[in-house]
Amino acid sequence: MDLRGMAARVEAGMQLALPVDYAGVSMAMTRALIERGAGDLDLFCVPTGGLQVDQLIGAGLVRSVETSAVSLGEAGGAPRFNQAVGEGRIVVRDATCPAIHAALMAAQKGNPFQPLRGLVGSDVLRFRPDWRMIDNPFAEDRDPIVLIPAARPDIAIFHAPMADRNGNVWIGRRRELAAMAYAAGQTLVTVERIIDENLLGSETSAAGTLPALYVTEIAVAPRGAWPYGLWGEYATDTAEILRYAKAARTAEGFATYMAQPAAGRAEEPAQ
Amino acid sequence: MTEVHPREILIATITRLLDGVRHVAVGASSPIPAAGAMLLRAMKKRAGAPPVRISILGSVEHNFFTNGSAELFDCAGQGRIDAFFLGGGQIDGQANINLVGVGDYPASTPRWPGSFGSAYLYFVVPRVILFREEHSPRVFVDKVDFISAPGTSAPGVHRTGGPVALLTGKALFSFDKTRPGFTLESLHPGHALEEVREATGFAFADPRDTGRTPAPDRETLALLRGQVMDELAETYPEFASQMRREVHA
Repeated sequence: MDLRGMAARVEAGMQLALPVDYAGVSMAMTRALIERGAGDLDLFCVPTGGLQVDQLIGAGLVRSVETSAVSLGEAGGAPRFNQAVGEGRIVVRDATCPAIHAALMAAQKGNPFQPLRGLVGSDVLRFRPDWRMIDNPFAEDRDPIVLIPAARPDIAIFHAPMADRNGNVWIGRRRELAAMAYAAGQTLVTVERIIDENLLGSETSAAGTLPALYVTEIAVAPRGAWPYGLWGEYATDTAEILRYAKAARTAEGFATYMAQPAAGRAEEPAQ
Repeated sequence: MTEVHPREILIATITRLLDGVRHVAVGASSPIPAAGAMLLRAMKKRAGAPPVRISILGSVEHNFFTNGSAELFDCAGQGRIDAFFLGGGQIDGQANINLVGVGDYPASTPRWPGSFGSAYLYFVVPRVILFREEHSPRVFVDKVDFISAPGTSAPGVHRTGGPVALLTGKALFSFDKTRPGFTLESLHPGHALEEVREATGFAFADPRDTGRTPAPDRETLALLRGQVMDELAETYPEFASQMRREVHA
């Protein structure tokens, strides 16, 4: 499969689950999604968002973002996100990291919700009418606890080091990628490479493998997380993220930046 | 050796505040808390005391979680994390913290990144240290514009954790949850009570004869400038080299 073909699966109005910047962001898919142009997207950040979220917002494709935070890390605030929030152009459903994980966990179990401690008395809870507070039915005294409804994103998209020829994907210790795939209707994965060895063939590699059962499509995208790093593979290109942060302060600067080719990524190989 | 750098006093103060913890977690982009935790670990090891475990988010070297980014929160919920650090764009006198933005939510201007895990960790980590180097009235406000996480909770709310101290670039405060409110514990060298009062937008208790925040002794300073900066450089190379330049200037 190629990136364009995978992006064609994304329809206007869908909810996309996207991973935190250090877990394996498929930046290679960002431009394919922008080229595809399916808008009114609802983004579900696991559990926070960064460059990819900012670029999809800058391209005008996003209707809402559910997240615990959006930032460019050491490069500071996410400029397109911040401006869109200030102008009221996108809806932000502010969450807290474990609530995002709880929503995925509920979906993973096929449960309607997952209870979560904390939150009581916060404005995070106050502005989330879709979350509920109940009294713990097992407690003798009053014991308020928050219920987080299950998240069932239409599509999860992430990047990983490798997949095998059976469609199994190596995710190592980044278990949130599995949680996203369990919860989502479809899972689109870009990888650095396809290997001939069966990832389920040894106990060592099987333990860090997301089985093909949960994977819809795979595309090869060398350095596909760039300018983010990919665990065990390559480091984050901080200078490039700083360059983006500076350029994207204005809509014009963002457009100019996005019109340039992705310099740090290898060309997509012929399939 | 040159005289003590102001940030070395902050690091050594964090080490003191962490004394006795078994496991401390440090968020991303937090070099000073990370250095404080590493200094504690090095001192305990030297003294032959039980080991101190440190989990630094975003680090490969100093992070032993294998269950994705949910594990930190699961670990905290199980009571396995004794201390954590939180900051905030705004912090008020009741220790409410705001990581979301200024003004009327949701059209906050400026908008900050968001609450991260604070709305959970503040409730379940016993020793939360509020750390914000900038000590100004725009940070330390009378009332935060958005409560990412409240400083205290009503009776009956599950709350095994919360704030114990607030450390800034000018002073150290303790937090009394029964009042609730902050008490000035010490002023860092070079800072005066009147200056701290003017820079703080909320009222705090200041007992007479507030002392000076102590500087680390010679032995501690040597450990900090040597082994700890070497360890820190793995995760925060830029911060570690800047500290070294300034200390040896």
